[in-house]
Amino acid sequence: MRLGILVNEGPYTHQASDSAYQFVKAAIAKGHAIHRVFFYHDGVNNSTKHTEPPQDDRHLVNRWSKLAGEHGIDLVVCVAAALRRGIKDEMLAPGFRISGLGQLVETGIEGDRLVVFGD
Amino acid sequence: MSEFENDAGGESAGRIKKFMFVNRKAPYGTIYALEGLEVVLIAAAFDQDVSLAFVDDGVYQLAKGQQTKALEIKNFSPAYRALEGYDVEKLYAERESLEARGLAAEDLIVPVEVLSSTELAELMAVQDVVISS
Repeated sequence: MRLGILVNEGPYTHQASDSAYQFVKAAIAKGHAIHRVFFYHDGVNNSTKHTEPPQDDRHLVNRWSKLAGEHGIDLVVCVAAALRRGIKDEMLAPGFRISGLGQLVETGIEGDRLVVFGD
Repeated sequence: MSEFENDAGGESAGRIKKFMFVNRKAPYGTIYALEGLEVVLIAAAFDQDVSLAFVDDGVYQLAKGQQTKALEIKNFSPAYRALEGYDVEKLYAERESLEARGLAAEDLIVPVEVLSSTELAELMAVQDVVISS
């Protein structure tokens, strides 16, 4: 199955990014394809390379980057939501790119399912 | 880089899916309602079969007489009236949510179809994409 993923909450404050990451990993392990992961609302905060959690905590941004590198997953950050929260191209961790909301609608159209993580 | 980048001219051109946007949060206090409305407009620009459901505190998004001056936040409720211009005409409000908050269809700024939670669940079940915020 081809899956689209929507992450609506930032890292650490909320479980959404953890759950989405675990879901994506499990889906890939089961042989599903991930069409795109789209980050919206505070979810855009998952994309910045300046994130530095304490060393004994999981590094969510690096986890996403690694997953993108290993499996060629398209990680898209909403431009309007990002700019509103001070996130720009030069701050993005590897594997993330900034684009428009059309990319979310497109993954809704192209994917067999769109799975939403957030409140 | 604009909101409309990668618009409907791409590989998705001509494909129409049923998108339902489920609005569950009050219009102010959090950004979900405002940013949620942005996605609705983009989905409409992609010529998708768009509908909106208002449940829980989401019914307040459509309440008449919103006054936000003291909050120093823009009252964006007139935007719901503009949806018709984007051919977004399927608006549903959950009866139980309205009643629990002392609201009726005539208290809302746009015409909606009032549905029970059971009817709304049936409608959700036939959607291709449900985006909730």
